[in-house]
Amino acid sequence: MVTVRIPTPLRTLTGGKSEVESSASDIQSLIESLNGQFPGLKDRVCDDKGEIRRFVNIYLNEEDIRFLKGKHTPVKDGDEVSIVPAIAGGAF
Amino acid sequence: MNTDKIKGLFCRECGKEYPAVSLHVCDMCFGPLEVQYNYKAIKPRLTRKAIEAGPKSLWRYVDLLPIAGDPTVGLDAGFTPLVRAKNLGDELGLDKLFIKNDTVNHPTLSFKDRVVSVALTRARELGYDTVACASTGNLANSVAAHAAAAKMQCYVFIPHDLEASKVLGNLVYRPNVVEVEGNYDDVNRLCSEIAGEHKWAFVNVNIRPYYAEGSKTLAYEVVEQLGWEAPDHIVVPMASGSLLTKIWKGLNEFHKLGLIDRLVTKVDGAQAEGCAPIATAHKLGRDFFKPVKPATVAKSLAIGNPADGYYALKATAESGGAMDMVTDEEIIEGMTLLAQTEGIFAETAGGVTIGVLKKLVKQGIIKRTETTVALITGNGLKTQEAVMNAVGRPTRISPSLVHFQKMFGLGNHER
Repeated sequence: MVTVRIPTPLRTLTGGKSEVESSASDIQSLIESLNGQFPGLKDRVCDDKGEIRRFVNIYLNEEDIRFLKGKHTPVKDGDEVSIVPAIAGGAF
Repeated sequence: MNTDKIKGLFCRECGKEYPAVSLHVCDMCFGPLEVQYNYKAIKPRLTRKAIEAGPKSLWRYVDLLPIAGDPTVGLDAGFTPLVRAKNLGDELGLDKLFIKNDTVNHPTLSFKDRVVSVALTRARELGYDTVACASTGNLANSVAAHAAAAKMQCYVFIPHDLEASKVLGNLVYRPNVVEVEGNYDDVNRLCSEIAGEHKWAFVNVNIRPYYAEGSKTLAYEVVEQLGWEAPDHIVVPMASGSLLTKIWKGLNEFHKLGLIDRLVTKVDGAQAEGCAPIATAHKLGRDFFKPVKPATVAKSLAIGNPADGYYALKATAESGGAMDMVTDEEIIEGMTLLAQTEGIFAETAGGVTIGVLKKLVKQGIIKRTETTVALITGNGLKTQEAVMNAVGRPTRISPSLVHFQKMFGLGNHER
């Protein structure tokens, strides 16, 4: 299983969970399968063309997937994927 | 009072609209928010004449700044000299070189007095009594000074390894100075967390959409001071990339509003080799960048994860400009060259700008006959450590005429 870390602003979709698991084989299918579990998640992470949004960073074991194979980056058992908004929120 | 000029905020990525409050991130797509103006209402009243009749400060462009009422903080910031740099131009091979000299901005000697005047005026309008910032030094100095004058509570957060003058330049105003064990990117991350907990106006976090607009006034002034002409090149130092982005925006606004007839300016970005995530991405032809751990003498530009990096890349590309980077050695050379040719003592960021300018001329990217402006954004007295070993020592003598003449090989002239 792959562990996926969910940022605070998306936890309203995951029922408050900060970590979820997935058995997907690459980032794209991981997002699809998470969207099945937590409807609406894909819209927040991807634009209407299905590309990962510019101000959403996805890290595979600490490396930005833009420097790997983007959404086609393969993931395997034991990997850790983090979804991190590029600009931290927290404003009034 | 012209309260009809601000429409609200909108997301630069997905376009979602928000009211003009203290918000900076889109809650849908996490993109940065930007102020949306009602240009239709602004255009009829914004003429060259009206601007020229305004105050000798950045507030002569108040119609294009995101405050609802009259300015209340930083009334004397901006409108710094545009210096015709003939000597430096001769040295580099440029016929029409100008230095936009924000080393003498009021009151804290950097371009940050512009953004802070706008940010604190807006923060007051939004009802805040406490202001704060994450800073590489100049911003903290400016926030601290303006907060003192505006009688606002103040917290400034800086990395632990700043130049002595930049630290002192906070303490003297008696804000809460917080030195964070980490680099600017660590400070910034911490400030985002603090901004979520305390109802403060963090000028470059939750007030950022307003704050950043103040940078446009550098572009406005350059155009006005060139006799309402846009230059062919403008060389801009980059840290977060916000300044460069806003220079391009300001030029486009003037063009759109008919204040200039043509917009030919190429906007060129300058970084230090020890922290060049944006210039590196430009070189590789990427529209995204890899964050870096900064290691450069240009501490004011040491942002490894630049918030506006993407937009800076886009602005430079749209304008047909270039980007480049210089070593610490070239930075020091740039500082001393500017001082020794034009009598302007700039901080390290100025050395980055001059160093990159020199490179771009050498590469033929900036041509001899092109009108070129270099933005010099901070004062050298704040980064004395950087040049201390590059400027020599005074010649020490006893209080004796003979000794003096001997030391300088002047001989004893008989009258």
